Amino acid sequence: MKASFRSIRDLDWGLLIVALAICGLGVLQIYSASLDTAWRNAWIKQLLFLGIGLFVMWLMTRVDYHTLLGQVPILYGASLGLLILTPLVGTLVWGSKRWIPLAWGFRFQPSEFVKLVIVLLVARYLTELKSDRLEIRDLLKLGALVGIPMALVAAQPDLGTALTYVPILVIGLFLGGMRWQHAAAIAALAAVLMPVGWFVLKDYQKARLEIFLDPMKDPMGKGYQVIQSKIAVGAGGMWGRGVTQGSQTQLRFLPVAHTDFLISAFAEEHGFVGILVVLALYFLLMMQIVQNAQTAPDKAGMFICMGVCSLLLFHILVNAGMAVGRMPVAGIPLPLMSYGGSSMVSVFMMLGLVNNVRLRRFVS
Amino acid sequence: MKYIPSDRQPDATPTRPLLHDDTKFAAGKIAAVQYIAIAVLVFIGSGFWDLQVRNEEFYSEKALQNQIKSRPIPAPRGRILDRDGRVIVDNHSSFGLILSRDNLREEHIRPIAMGLNLDPSDLEAKIRRFRKQPTYLTIRLKDELSADELTFVEAYRGGDAFPEMELIKSQYRVYPQDGLAAHLLGYVGEINEPELNSPEWASHNPGDVIGKVGIERYYNELLTGVDGQRRVRVDNRGNTREVLGLKEAQPGKDLKLTIDLDLQAVAELAMQNKRGAVVALDPRTGEVLAFVSTPAFNPNHFVGRIVNREWRALNEDPHKPLFNRATQAQLAPGSTVKPLWALAALEAGVIDENFTVHCGGGADWFGRFFKCHKRGGHGNVSLHTALAQSCDVYFYAIANKLGIDKIAELGEMAGFGRKTGIDLSGEKEGTMPSSKWKIRTQREKWYAGDTISLGIGQGYLTITPMQLAHAIGGMAMGGVWMRPHLVKEDKLADPLRKAQYQPENVAKVVSGMYAVVNEWGTAAAARIPGLDMCGKTGSAQRASNELMKAKKLGESFDDDAWFVGFAPRQSPEIVVSVLFENGLHGNLAAPIARDVVKAYFDKKARILKLQQPAPSLAQSLAPPGGGR
Repeated sequence: MKASFRSIRDLDWGLLIVALAICGLGVLQIYSASLDTAWRNAWIKQLLFLGIGLFVMWLMTRVDYHTLLGQVPILYGASLGLLILTPLVGTLVWGSKRWIPLAWGFRFQPSEFVKLVIVLLVARYLTELKSDRLEIRDLLKLGALVGIPMALVAAQPDLGTALTYVPILVIGLFLGGMRWQHAAAIAALAAVLMPVGWFVLKDYQKARLEIFLDPMKDPMGKGYQVIQSKIAVGAGGMWGRGVTQGSQTQLRFLPVAHTDFLISAFAEEHGFVGILVVLALYFLLMMQIVQNAQTAPDKAGMFICMGVCSLLLFHILVNAGMAVGRMPVAGIPLPLMSYGGSSMVSVFMMLGLVNNVRLRRFVS
Repeated sequence: MKYIPSDRQPDATPTRPLLHDDTKFAAGKIAAVQYIAIAVLVFIGSGFWDLQVRNEEFYSEKALQNQIKSRPIPAPRGRILDRDGRVIVDNHSSFGLILSRDNLREEHIRPIAMGLNLDPSDLEAKIRRFRKQPTYLTIRLKDELSADELTFVEAYRGGDAFPEMELIKSQYRVYPQDGLAAHLLGYVGEINEPELNSPEWASHNPGDVIGKVGIERYYNELLTGVDGQRRVRVDNRGNTREVLGLKEAQPGKDLKLTIDLDLQAVAELAMQNKRGAVVALDPRTGEVLAFVSTPAFNPNHFVGRIVNREWRALNEDPHKPLFNRATQAQLAPGSTVKPLWALAALEAGVIDENFTVHCGGGADWFGRFFKCHKRGGHGNVSLHTALAQSCDVYFYAIANKLGIDKIAELGEMAGFGRKTGIDLSGEKEGTMPSSKWKIRTQREKWYAGDTISLGIGQGYLTITPMQLAHAIGGMAMGGVWMRPHLVKEDKLADPLRKAQYQPENVAKVVSGMYAVVNEWGTAAAARIPGLDMCGKTGSAQRASNELMKAKKLGESFDDDAWFVGFAPRQSPEIVVSVLFENGLHGNLAAPIARDVVKAYFDKKARILKLQQPAPSLAQSLAPPGGGR
């Protein structure tokens, strides 16, 4: 393993170009969606976040991922520490404490970065098993390791972000060799526990699920977001209304159009054709990551790449699915597009991990 | 510290085949993940396809509905002016609240009602009335919002709280304080359910403000403007971003009345603390110069916000303040009709000016004693004295000579038993009895005895104060009855009825009426020095069946005092009738008429005086006209 291979030239440029294209569309849409609002400078900030993201990605490629894997216990401990700290010093936004305030009005969302730690944690645990078969014991152990930070995030309360840890675990277990009997048993158990979970959910979470099932139940209240999002998307039609021309977006009928519902604003202004372009870009992004998984030098690298891929896929599914009313409303950003520094930087850190794996694929 | 998988560490002893670095071990599963990714993207993409391609029209329409709103611009109602152009009823503009029904939510009704100090159940009923209307029609909730209510609306109008509330500039009606001319003007209010279902208001929608009574009702169509509309593009907080279309409101037309505010005020003052009515007409044209009914109510209390309690109180008041006595009180006129019977007798030739009757305080007719109001009797009375002193026995005699049908003929000619046709709804016709009338209504033949009490305006005869002024005015004009009206007409209308009376017969009667006021007659109190005012008093018993009712209501059944007078003697310009309920004697009603007539001629003299030496001064005193 030679450090000399780690050069800019060896970065996954295809991955990077696709990612930057997605970011570019995102910035454009943030600009359009926040025109004449308090958020009118968000697109400049997003460019700043993009710059920070690229820098952090470069940093992530500098350190061998094996070194990072070696630090997992410390990273994991730090994560739990931050997650415990968040509700103590966090700022209350929309009824939940997810952010730790930083200087100059910026704030930091630990749960976004914990994703990265989960990816590393799952990769290390499954690599260390030295087996391609998972026993119940391993399932429980790994489940507990992922479950603790998940519970902490869910308690903020931020169920959406907490759920994003699940696909990392699931894909790890799937690739790590979970037996289908166990999978079936867990699925059955989940089905049984679902009604119990209903009582654990907070009222607003229940409401979101109810609205997902029937948005017209409360058109001006909780169903408002979904209805307005669907109207925005549908009104975009095949070709869209043009940048800054979407009435749903520009007249603010569409809620949080620069963050959670950015894709709806994009769909209104760029139409189905624009959506196809975005989905194609995401597809290329994920396939590029999968390709890196396939060419990874070792099992750990493969798990890291696939973890990142599953995470992105889950975000796309939930966020875009929510925009078209096929998923419940959850405050999950669309990777690389939605406005938000923590999300942007954490995605680029993950892309850095993927590049890190790629740079070390030529095992001597 | 660099992480090296344990099996790669030099001292590691592999116990199983090294699989961990076989990155191909999961190739099949990775391919499966790729397919899952494709499936997810297809699932998402089909969601967009479904909305954007298959249902584009539906959602475009929804997006349009979101942003395009129609906001009514209420048209100001026409003002009501007096004959000189002085404003009697005006509008005041204020902020009103309308409720948009596109996004109305049931659970918001109560808090909105609380915030606006409305009765929640009233509001719910109001919303129910709109149930069958298309939802773009808005509900006018409240006019004239107070500062508190405005703050409430501004605070909660946003997209999250009560987005159904929308502010509009609205106009509300301001009536003269203390109910000046209240029965004449009437008031406006929101159209109610029975009205909505009646053909009279067929062209109206729920929420419309209509004239409920009086001038406001009769001239509602004229006074009502056409509401305008603003089609606006709004954002999610209901703020207007762009005006797409504007249809200006057409204000209602101003209405110039024949009423003279000066005379009206004098009449109102004179009637203070009395129950009754005053009607002043110009007998040459039929123009109503003053129109008073007391007690009155304050029409301002009806403007959009009368509460049930207040309404009930007005309705149950034993003095009936809502009752328009000037055109709806049907009472026995007493002696005020004697001049008419005198004329009828002269015209029929049953008497002449030499005809005298001896009054000994009463007389027997058909086996019944009819007494005169003067217990000692008037002695020998001629027509002139009989009118001046209001001798009952004299008029029993001529009633008997005339017979019922001759009396009815003149009574009907003078307008009794029929509506005068004044431009005010709810007018009553009273009763002019005749032999046919009695058979038709009582299934009984007319007895000669019935005629005797008719001679002094008692018995079956009932009239309204309006009819009295109309009848005597027409007679004083020599038999020309003009339709009484409240709104200025461009040209003189044809008379309602015209009779060919001998001028000398009319003059004889008028002379008697002159004596009533000026020759120590019964209405000496009405004398105005320098003015040849004529008149006739009356004091009438309430009809016996009415008496019963009055007893039940605890009402007084003292005689009603009447007076009717006109001036000048030749070619009269003003005729005034006064009803003073339970006023006992006509000479107590006479000063009221005197005040009004005096005010009329004083004003006329003042204007003449002003006009002659300095026309510019007259111009400066001219009423403010035009331009709102």
